[in-house]
Amino acid sequence: MSREHVLHKVRTALGRSTGQPVDQPPPVRLNIPAAGIESRIAVFCERIEALAGHTHRAASLEGARSYVEGVLAGRKSAASNAPILRQCGITALPGVESGVMDPVALRALCASAACGITGADYALADTGTLVMLASPQEARLISLLPPVHIALVERGRLLTGLDELLSILPFPAEQTSSMVLITGPSRTADIEQILVRGVHGPGEIHVVVV
Amino acid sequence: MPARVSLFVTCIVDQLFPKVGLAVVDVLERLGFQVDFPEQQTCCGQPAFNSGYREEARQVARHFLDVFHDADYIVVPSGSCTSMIAHHFEDIFDKEPENLERARRLESKVYEFSRFLLEVAGVDDVGARLDEVVTYHDSCHALRELKVKDGPRRLLGKVRGLELREMDAAEECCGFGGTFSVKFAEVSGGMARTKIDSIVRTGASAVVSVDSSCLMQIQGAISRVGLPIRTLHLAEVLASR
Amino acid sequence: MSAIFDEKIHQTLADSKLQLAIFAATGRLMEKRRKAVNADACPDYQELRTQAHEVKRHTIDHLDYYLELFERNVSAHGGRVVYCKDGTEVADFVLGLARQRRASLIVKSKSMTTEEVDLNERLEHHQLESVETDLGEYLIQLAHERPYHIVAPALHKTKEQVADLLTERLGVPRETVIEKQTMIARAVLREKFLAADIGISGANFLVADSGAIVLVENEGNARLTTSAPKVHIAIAGIEKMIPRAQDLAVFLRLLGRSATGQPLTVYTSFLSGPRRGDEIDGPDEFYVVLLDNGRTKVLADREKRESLYCIRCGACLNHCPVYRKIGGHSFPWVYSGPIGAILTPQFLGVNHEPGLPFASSLCGACAEVCPVKIDIPKILLDLRSDVKKSEEREGASRLERFAFRAWAWVMRHPRLYEMAGMAAASLAPSRDGGGWVRSAPSGIKVAPLDAWLSQRDLPSAPAKSFRQLWRERR
Repeated sequence: MSREHVLHKVRTALGRSTGQPVDQPPPVRLNIPAAGIESRIAVFCERIEALAGHTHRAASLEGARSYVEGVLAGRKSAASNAPILRQCGITALPGVESGVMDPVALRALCASAACGITGADYALADTGTLVMLASPQEARLISLLPPVHIALVERGRLLTGLDELLSILPFPAEQTSSMVLITGPSRTADIEQILVRGVHGPGEIHVVVV
Repeated sequence: MPARVSLFVTCIVDQLFPKVGLAVVDVLERLGFQVDFPEQQTCCGQPAFNSGYREEARQVARHFLDVFHDADYIVVPSGSCTSMIAHHFEDIFDKEPENLERARRLESKVYEFSRFLLEVAGVDDVGARLDEVVTYHDSCHALRELKVKDGPRRLLGKVRGLELREMDAAEECCGFGGTFSVKFAEVSGGMARTKIDSIVRTGASAVVSVDSSCLMQIQGAISRVGLPIRTLHLAEVLASR
Repeated sequence: MSAIFDEKIHQTLADSKLQLAIFAATGRLMEKRRKAVNADACPDYQELRTQAHEVKRHTIDHLDYYLELFERNVSAHGGRVVYCKDGTEVADFVLGLARQRRASLIVKSKSMTTEEVDLNERLEHHQLESVETDLGEYLIQLAHERPYHIVAPALHKTKEQVADLLTERLGVPRETVIEKQTMIARAVLREKFLAADIGISGANFLVADSGAIVLVENEGNARLTTSAPKVHIAIAGIEKMIPRAQDLAVFLRLLGRSATGQPLTVYTSFLSGPRRGDEIDGPDEFYVVLLDNGRTKVLADREKRESLYCIRCGACLNHCPVYRKIGGHSFPWVYSGPIGAILTPQFLGVNHEPGLPFASSLCGACAEVCPVKIDIPKILLDLRSDVKKSEEREGASRLERFAFRAWAWVMRHPRLYEMAGMAAASLAPSRDGGGWVRSAPSGIKVAPLDAWLSQRDLPSAPAKSFRQLWRERR
């Protein structure tokens, strides 16, 4: 529409000409604290629980499966294609459907499932955040439509925080069309600033550190 | 030979609160300064500047530069007027290099009263005594443009017999704002009443500040509702004994 | 000041329930921010602000370069950038696309930029249903109002008012429990999400080196808006640009903390195009509408250009003692509070509401909390000067201008100044004991004096001015 018009006005306003080079932007500021894995896990769990999320530290794949089994209680669930879910045997639990690749079928499944079960590409300790990249393993809607979200995080994926994530993933767009950071259950405080969980996304979140 | 200090008393103190000016002189002289009051002084120009009348503000500011050009130190019992001189003269003389240069030379010489005591005189105890519970109101320009925050509290802390009780909204504007107080009188009055609520909660019998304009607003609103609370300029507290 | 501005202010001040609601809500937001930026919670807060300011300055000063870089990167991932000069062009684009895709239902996530161009009204005018999905925005849309606050659009509504609204517009039984009200909205909106043809979002940031948009939210409605429908259109002002994805380390931290006191909001989406070949879900089409709508005008003013650094956190509103009294709807445009007071005159012209830059005590609380360090009081002062220049050209405010000219004349003549002071003092009741007067001396009618006395008492004149006492003292 008005591409040339707008760009021309921008250049005129700035006194710049077409294709004029730019100065170096200020150096990137990333601040990555040193923190051992145990302290990262402890902080991560503490942060999620402060946001009313649930955490579980599983010593083994079987431990992870039995925790998830307890949360599901046989309810209808959608599981992503993350390899760890298969390895744990979660995809074989009663009520769990996985391997759905068709977007329409997946959406129907997620809209009617009680729980969505996913892996997580990374987790950020200092904010209690899950990092989810859309991929053939992970659909966008599984962590979004069902009222309960259960995520399995491999402990080696636990980073200190956002700064470390952006230092190892400086160009997220090269890997995925969608990177989502999830920090606790969906919430709103739009009416009289009273906190209500689960307004559009999951109101309940369980994170299993494997 | 004691250092010479030029007092810019401000137009509001000159016309409405002369006792504040006397208190400043009293405290400075007690500390051994020779106080000079250039009688050609009037106003810093802030009312015009804040109202959008840059040319009128410039005219008054030029007069200020003429009057105070040879001062060693200029002491001002107001955060707001100090900030006008130290910060905003630069804005209004941006197209007058010669005056800009004169304004910049003044910048390092002009001191809000409490800052002068602490940084130039180097005292926090001026030997004052006042048996009263007071609370301190941070005037916005002293606080945010001059970063005057702990200084007045330190000075008050050394006054014998005085108890300082912080209010919960010490840093919130009293609602004066120069012509704002009459252009948006209802809003300004509402802000003053919010401030007074905070003052009342401390149980203090006096409010202290470094700006007489804020105190005029606060006292005016206190007087309207008939509360037994008085307002004092910091200089008045420090001159008590 | 226009009569309507004056009247809205008066109405807000007279509504004691509303006063309490605004004061309590902004007070809570202030407290949350304070806890999130203190030295323990965020030791490098001030350095983050400085970095954010510098990055924004660099980006805005070279905006043409970053716009083109952004555009190339969006295209590289299969999306498309559309430049629009105003709201009409935005609406035309959306309507055209909706027609081609035979769309009838649009879901929208919160965007001040679309409020700015009245997008919903324009779309509805063409029989296209466009539903706001952020809970607060949804309520505001049901009530046919404008957002009251940049981040808390329904800040002024009580649960009783929400109950009435839901009953009246949705026909549901009256419900005053906030959790249940929220679930009613969730159920209605969930159906909309699943049926919508197009999702429209705003963008908190445009990331040039990635061709990505970033959305920050707590509810999940922006994720649904951008994931469920087949088409995603993001609409953003051109100034939302940042150079690098890595800059988000600074901006996301500042935004959440300043807005709601959250280190990170619940959801942060970094979206760079339509669903890729092997991905399972996501939109098939991705458009980014880059809107001018007056921004290039602001850009041309070197002194006030930094107004465009704003990241819409709303902290300046919460901390503004004037906003806390007059609320969001007194302001003449969608942007309220201190940032609204500097954006509105620059976007719509100083004459749109000449009183606006003057509706501030210049206390500076806004600049103190601004995460990108916009010097709002300085810009307000510049705008006041602009208003006066414009009034002079148009021959308005003659009396005031004359008064200031006379005042400046008096202030340059110390003898005159002293005589004027004595004359004024002789008219006023004198005070030696420090009296305060409640009304003007009889026969004296001066508008500013009356305005002062409408709220407060006035100090009566002392018997002698300081300079008189000084002379006596020597």
